Amino acid sequence: MPEPILTLRGLDAFYGDFQALYGVDLTVSEGEVLAIIGANGAGKTTLLRSISGLIGNMAEQVQFRGASIGAERPDVIAQMGLAMVPEGRQLFPSLSVAENLMIGGRVNREGPWNLRKVYDLFPILEERKAQASTSLSGGQQQMVAIGRALMANPDLIMFDEISLGLAPVIIRDIYKALPGIVGGGMSAVIVEQDITKALEVSSRVYCLQEGRVSLEGKSDAVSREDIARAYFGVE
Amino acid sequence: MDLVNAVVQGTLLGGLYALFAAGLSLIFGVMRLVNIAHGDLIVLAAYLGLTTTAALGVHPLVALIVVVPAMAGIGYVLQRAVLNHTLGDDILPPLLVTFGLSVIIQNALLEGYSADPQKMDAGALETASVALGPLSLGVLPLLTFAFAIAVIAGLQWVFYRTPLGRAFRATSDNQDIAQLMGLNKRHVFGMAMALALAVTAVAGILLGIRTSFDPSVGGGRLIFGFEAVIIGGLGNLWGTLVGGVILGVAQTVGATINPGWQLLAGHIAFLVILAVRPNGLFPRISG
Repeated sequence: MPEPILTLRGLDAFYGDFQALYGVDLTVSEGEVLAIIGANGAGKTTLLRSISGLIGNMAEQVQFRGASIGAERPDVIAQMGLAMVPEGRQLFPSLSVAENLMIGGRVNREGPWNLRKVYDLFPILEERKAQASTSLSGGQQQMVAIGRALMANPDLIMFDEISLGLAPVIIRDIYKALPGIVGGGMSAVIVEQDITKALEVSSRVYCLQEGRVSLEGKSDAVSREDIARAYFGVE
Repeated sequence: MDLVNAVVQGTLLGGLYALFAAGLSLIFGVMRLVNIAHGDLIVLAAYLGLTTTAALGVHPLVALIVVVPAMAGIGYVLQRAVLNHTLGDDILPPLLVTFGLSVIIQNALLEGYSADPQKMDAGALETASVALGPLSLGVLPLLTFAFAIAVIAGLQWVFYRTPLGRAFRATSDNQDIAQLMGLNKRHVFGMAMALALAVTAVAGILLGIRTSFDPSVGGGRLIFGFEAVIIGGLGNLWGTLVGGVILGVAQTVGATINPGWQLLAGHIAFLVILAVRPNGLFPRISG
């Protein structure tokens, strides 16, 4: 088995007094695409926010490339090579399309991705590069959000609800681009409501239920029944 | 003719008010911080200018070379050491802390420089004028207005043409996501305050050449700055210049009618605009 790039050990995460995650253990191997599924409120977004540093934890609970980053600032974690495509795109409305992409490249890491490569992946963005990011359609905004994360040349990229609020045809296009993104050895964590899609593109899957890991396995080996049980917590 | 003269002089005066306001507008735009100590920081810059001219024997405008970086440094340290800790979902802590800062600066200046009014000596520049038809324009007010345009054009360029400006706008839009892009928001805010206080340095020196000042005048400069920002509309730097000009013209026209009405006329113009256009003339961001 390849080296793990990300390891979570007994991760507890809190929003104030409210505990959202309970002792989550999870590993992502080098070059692997990992899917995280679970119902609304199961803790998926909290998990990504904890990994990216937006929620502070105990240092050793999150290990990235051998470093304990649980208590690091999000900007430091980003510099280390961890990028996120946040839920709901969350582009910067004051910045043009090109500026949104450029700010993603701010961390200045070496790698295959640059403005040219992102435009090659999503040609429509080059046509719209001077426009305000808010003037784009939902699917195009998602392309900007993905491009913005790629510009950082991350070692691990995390997608939060990649297909939320997008038309099925757009979702298909975005998933079509995915192999070209993660094919280059980049690891990926995909949080997805669409379980079929999630299993299709990933090699392993974790299911969260009420802040705990309720299922872990190879994406082509888990059964529908296992998932239903892990997802809803019913027999 | 008096009226035309008043409008022209008021317009030039508006340049100074725009300089008071630009720094306020910038930090509110980037970090939603209302800096009550802004006027006192302008006065602090004027005193730093006074000390520099006295110590080095240079012209006040040459003192800018020292005072601008000094104020920028003070701004960065102030933001990182104090103000960053007050920022959050609640708008009250920064108001209270900068109010306290205002009191501290005033009293420190009283201790250091006494309450006597001071003035910087700019030599012939203070009285030089050029004739424009029947009007006589002071070189210093013209220079002040030119400084205001240059400063606002410069800030505009930084905001919309440089990576630092992108960082300012991105952090202003969404602090969390900006951090995911590797931006350290504490540093970004520090840079914004440094830039704002660099502008304050220019405003303070020009103020100190134009009029006499003492440690207590900061509050008045803060009011003029606020009014210019609100008239122009939040987050719009060129709007801030327009706001300063409207305020300046209202004051000089008021003073032409009755010398006692100068300040009153400015405040009335502000209130009228606030009543008609509560968001100012050219708002970019909503309060």
